[in-house]
This record gives sequence, structure tokens and C-alpha cells, in this order.
Amino acid sequence: MLKTSLNLKVDRRDAKLVMAHFYVAFIALLVGGLAGLLQVLVRSGKFELPAGIGYYQILTVHGVVLGLVLTTFFIMGFQLAAVSKTAGTFTNKQRTIGWIGFWIMTIGTVAAAVMILLNEASVLYTFYAPLQAHFVFYLGLTLVVVGSWAVGTTIILKYAEWRRANPGQPSPLLTFMALVNTMMWIVATIGVAATVLIQLLPWSLGLVETVNVGVSRTLFWYFGHPLVYFWLLPAYMAWYVMIPKIIGGKIFSDSLARMSFILFLLFSIPVGFHHQLLEPGIDPAWKFLQVVLTFLVVIPSLMTAFSLFATFESYGRSQGATGLFGWLKKLPWKDARFTVPFIGMLAFIPAGAGGIVNASHQMNQVVHNTVWVTGHFHLTVATAVVLTFFGVSFWLVPHLTGRKLTKKINKLALIQGYLWAIGMTFMSGAMHAAGLLGAPRRSSFSEYGGAAQAAEWIPYQIAQAVGGSILFIAIILMLYIFVNLAFFAPKGEEEFPVGEAANQEEKAPMVFENWKLWLGITVLLILFAYTIPFIDLIKNAPPGAQGYKLW
Amino acid sequence: MHMHKFEKIWLIFGVTALLVFLSVLGVSAFYLGNQPPSCLAVVDPTKVDEHETFKEPGLKKVEGKDWDYELVFVAQAFAYTPGTVEVPLGAKVKVIATSKDVIHGFGVAGTNINMMVEPGYISEIVTTFDKVGEYLVLCNEYCGSGHHLMTSMIKVVE
Repeated sequence: MLKTSLNLKVDRRDAKLVMAHFYVAFIALLVGGLAGLLQVLVRSGKFELPAGIGYYQILTVHGVVLGLVLTTFFIMGFQLAAVSKTAGTFTNKQRTIGWIGFWIMTIGTVAAAVMILLNEASVLYTFYAPLQAHFVFYLGLTLVVVGSWAVGTTIILKYAEWRRANPGQPSPLLTFMALVNTMMWIVATIGVAATVLIQLLPWSLGLVETVNVGVSRTLFWYFGHPLVYFWLLPAYMAWYVMIPKIIGGKIFSDSLARMSFILFLLFSIPVGFHHQLLEPGIDPAWKFLQVVLTFLVVIPSLMTAFSLFATFESYGRSQGATGLFGWLKKLPWKDARFTVPFIGMLAFIPAGAGGIVNASHQMNQVVHNTVWVTGHFHLTVATAVVLTFFGVSFWLVPHLTGRKLTKKINKLALIQGYLWAIGMTFMSGAMHAAGLLGAPRRSSFSEYGGAAQAAEWIPYQIAQAVGGSILFIAIILMLYIFVNLAFFAPKGEEEFPVGEAANQEEKAPMVFENWKLWLGITVLLILFAYTIPFIDLIKNAPPGAQGYKLW
Repeated sequence: MHMHKFEKIWLIFGVTALLVFLSVLGVSAFYLGNQPPSCLAVVDPTKVDEHETFKEPGLKKVEGKDWDYELVFVAQAFAYTPGTVEVPLGAKVKVIATSKDVIHGFGVAGTNINMMVEPGYISEIVTTFDKVGEYLVLCNEYCGSGHHLMTSMIKVVE
């Protein structure tokens, strides 16, 4: 197996489509990073925004541009590249659908961004109805989602074509993984599309007076949690398939990698209530059920951790390492393509532990809506995921543009990764600590009427500003590296690393490709977890809420 | 599908730990009654002032219930009513809150009191104040430009 239609290079026409996604993603990194810097500075209490710009406007920019735009564009680009490389060049029709999707997403992004800049949409990216934004904001974000469905269609069509051409064969691992993530994304985004199209758009246009807040929040969080796995799975693609090749090792097991992705598909979606544990209107027994389902992702997470470190250890021992940890010394620490994602993997250990606290039925009470949670997802998405995306960019961008990652840029990339680790240790560490003391998230600087408790948080907020400033320097460095690799690095061939399984004889069971089965179970789990509480939310709904513009 | 012996051990250990952990959560929730605030009662957000419970916010002594006092808060952008309240040390209190406009987050620093307050819904939590001190009530869910200025103070006195 794996003796498939591996393209040596991603086709130039496909490469252009991928790079288009990356340009938008890295512009988003600049804008969102700048917004983040301004936030930590304001919250230190030492700095005020000029020209009447609001803290919450900047916060909306940061969340939308990094949480939705950077991630979605990068992931869609990366998955297109992975599929084009492993399942073959796209047909003209497939590529055209991809371009249409790209432009729909881009138009939507611009529309939403204009509304945020005009201060018509400071509702943060989680929407918060009955705060009511301009309808163009909701429309813009809908276009981002619809566009991503079109790009996803390109991936699905290519997969279907490959399967037709190779009957009875398991699909290439990277294509399989991209497909799982695409399907999870489509199933999950139905929730956010529903609340926007059925509730928020008619309401913001004035066609209906009020909105059902409980239903809107439930539909949002039905989408909001799988969203984080949509960010994470592409990082797992890189960890499972690319990192082994980069270090010169093998994929621990092709079949187990597929199994863990299937488990993520099943258990990422019917779990949104763990974001709503402290909300009225939902019976606690249903909350508990979703807490249990949430924790089932622990299983594929443990499988992933095992595989990665098994790969590292096997490689180290094959190079003659001895002793319990001798293999650590054999890893290519001077190679940014490995080390920067590795920093991300390490960050995922405390990040996962914190996540267990957040999703726990009772412990959530201590940390809910405190800045602890902000600290948590700056370790998950803003370190583990983003550093892996950067690590991918170091070879994928020059591969697509026909250039080389030079020694000098590799060194800068390493410095960028270290700076990120240092900055995030300060920022996320201080956020976790202040959160345990009760400091709220999503809040501008405040002395809370001179309360003694609030005064204790200020030193931590200064530490966050120090960490955030270091992170901003790392972002600037990353942008420099990206521009260099896209336009200025010397011409050459950069490898697209695709690992091989340690055991080439073992064929992945075909049951993993049975989408009627897996999507069927996914839908059943969703119906099981949501049907009754959702009917309750509609049947026992209070009078609807009017819209407010309170910014 | 082959699974390495060490991976089996690792997963058996992990899954067992997970089951123990979930059992602890379950026993705590259903046997000890440590459920997150999940009140199912509703109220018309435009008529909060006329509602039996909310027309007089503040602390009230109650008889014949599992708790000694009810502490009622009304949230609206960007203030809590009452703005300050004294609670006797050791009192078992049911905190009851709702919102007149948008979503707020009722959080009390230094305690486990933390619940979402949403227009149309009543939120409740029962707690015991067993330490003297001043506890800052703040809004921990974004509600608009004055979100960070929304406060109250619970003073636990002997």
C-alpha cells in the first residue's frame, strides 16, 4: 500500500490556488496579531487606544481574523495541497470550484471586516445575540462558510475520483485525513449557518422583532467546539504524516492514524453543551451526557501522543541511541520544520490538561469565562496548531513557489519558534494564574471600582503585555519568513515530505472508507445528544429578546 | 489491524483513568448534587420589574426552605442592582439573577459563584458564605462597551 499516485511536486496550477489561500491567511496574521498586541497593552493599564477606537472592536478583529480567517484559509490551502500531492492533480473543473470557493470566502471576509472597522459589528466572533450587528457582518461570515464548502467540494470530488480509479484500495493517508476534516467541518458548520440564516439575518434586517437566545447559542456551540478540532486535525496531519518523514523515520501505524481520525469525526460534534454548562434552560443531565461524549476524544488524543513519541523513539534508536531518553538527542533539533511543530506538541500537553478542567461538569464553574480559558486556547490553537502551521509553511511555501528554505531562513525560523515559546509562557501562564483568581476574559482594563481583588490581577496583566509583545515580534519574524519564501528565496526544489508507514505490508481496513457508516453514526450521536434538549429550548422558550447595539 | 503491545497497555491505562474520572464527575453530579447552575424557569425580559422575585432586588430572609436567604440580582447594561449588599457570615444563600437586556456573566471573584445570565431566563445557584470579606461581583460575559465597568460588591459580615 501507499504505492499510489504520489505526485513528486504539487502541480503549478494547484499551487497557485493554495498560495492564494496562504496570502489571505498571512495578511490575517498581521492584522490579527496587531490587534492582539493592542489588547494586551490596553489591558496592562499603561496604554489607551487612540482616535476613539474601542477595545471590543479590536477584540472582535482579533477573534474573527485569527479564529476564523487565518485558520480557515490556511487549513483549506493546506488540505488542497495535501490532496493534490497524494491523490493527484485536480481536474480543471475541481480547481475551478476551488477558486470559486476561495473568492466567496474572500468577499465574505472583506464584507465582515468592513463592518467591524465601521464599528457596526463589535459583537465578537461568538456573536452574542441579542447584541445585534449590521446584517452585512452576518452575511459576510455566511459567505466565508459557504465558500469553505465549495473548497471542501474540491477535496471530496478528488477523493471520489481516486476511489473510482483505485477500487478496493484504501485512499492515500493524507487525502483520507483531509477528507475526514472536511466532512466534520461541513456537518459542524450547518449549525452556525442555521442560526445565521434562520435567526440572525432576518432579525438584523428587521424582518422579525426578536430572537430566541437559547436556540441561537446552542446552534453556535454545536459549531463552536468542532471548530477547534477543525483547527487541530490539520496539525495532526502534519504530526502523523510529515514530521516522521522530516526526521527520517516512519509513520508508526497507518491504520491507527485513520482510526484516530474517525474517532475525532464521531466525538467532536455532539459536545457543544460543555461550552454552555453554566447556562439556564438546559437540563443538567443532558449537559452531563455531552460532558461524557466530550471526554471520549481523550482516546484518539492518547493514540496520537503514543504514535508520535513512538516514531521519535524508533528513529532515535535506529540511529544508535541507548538508554531511556537517549533518542531525544538524535532528533534534528536544528531543523525548524521539525522543532517549531515540536514546540507546538509540547504545548499541547498542558493545553490538554487545562481542557480537561474546562470540560469537567463541576470544575468548569471555577474557570468559566475567566481569562484562564483565554490562556488555554492560546496554548491549543495559538501555539500547538499555529506553530505547526508555521512549521508546514517553512517547506510548503517554497515547494509551491519553486524556491528553497535557506540555512539563514531556517535559523530565523528557529528563533521565531523559541520567541513564541517564551512569549506564550509569559502570556498564557499569566492568563491561567489570573483566571484562577477570578479575572474575567473578554474585558478591557478596569479597576472595578477600586476592589482589592481586582488590584491583584494587574501584575498578571502586565506579564501578559510582556508576553504578548514578544509574541508580536515573533509574528513579524514569521511574516518576514513567509514573504521571503514566497517571493525572494533562491529558486530550487523544496521537498514535500510524506511519510511511509513502518509496516508496508499491513493494508488499512477498508471499513475506514465506509462513509455511510461513519457519517451515519455521527448523525445518530448528534441526534441522541441534541434532540430532546433542543426541543425543550424551543418548547419552553421565554419571550424572545430584542436586539441591542451597546457599543 | 495490528496494535503494538505497549500501545495496548497505554490505552488500557488511559481509558481506565478516563472511566474513573468520569465516574467521579458522575457521582459528584448525581449523588452529591454538584450540578452546574441549570435553572429552567423563564421570565419576560421586558417585564422584569413586575416579576414577583425581581421587583425588589437584594437580600431576603426566607423560611421553610433548604437555604436561609435569597439574594436577588437584576443585571442590565452596565450595572447590577443592588450595587452593594451585606450578607451575614455562614448564611446559606440562594443567588437568583436575570437580565433586562443582553447576556451577562454573573461571576463573584474568590468564590465558586459563576453563572450565565440571559434575557428571558432565571439563573440560580445555592452557596454558603463562610469567610468574612468583600467579594467583587463582575460581569464576565461580553455585553457592550461598558462591560468591564459592570460591578457589585458582596460584603460578608459577622
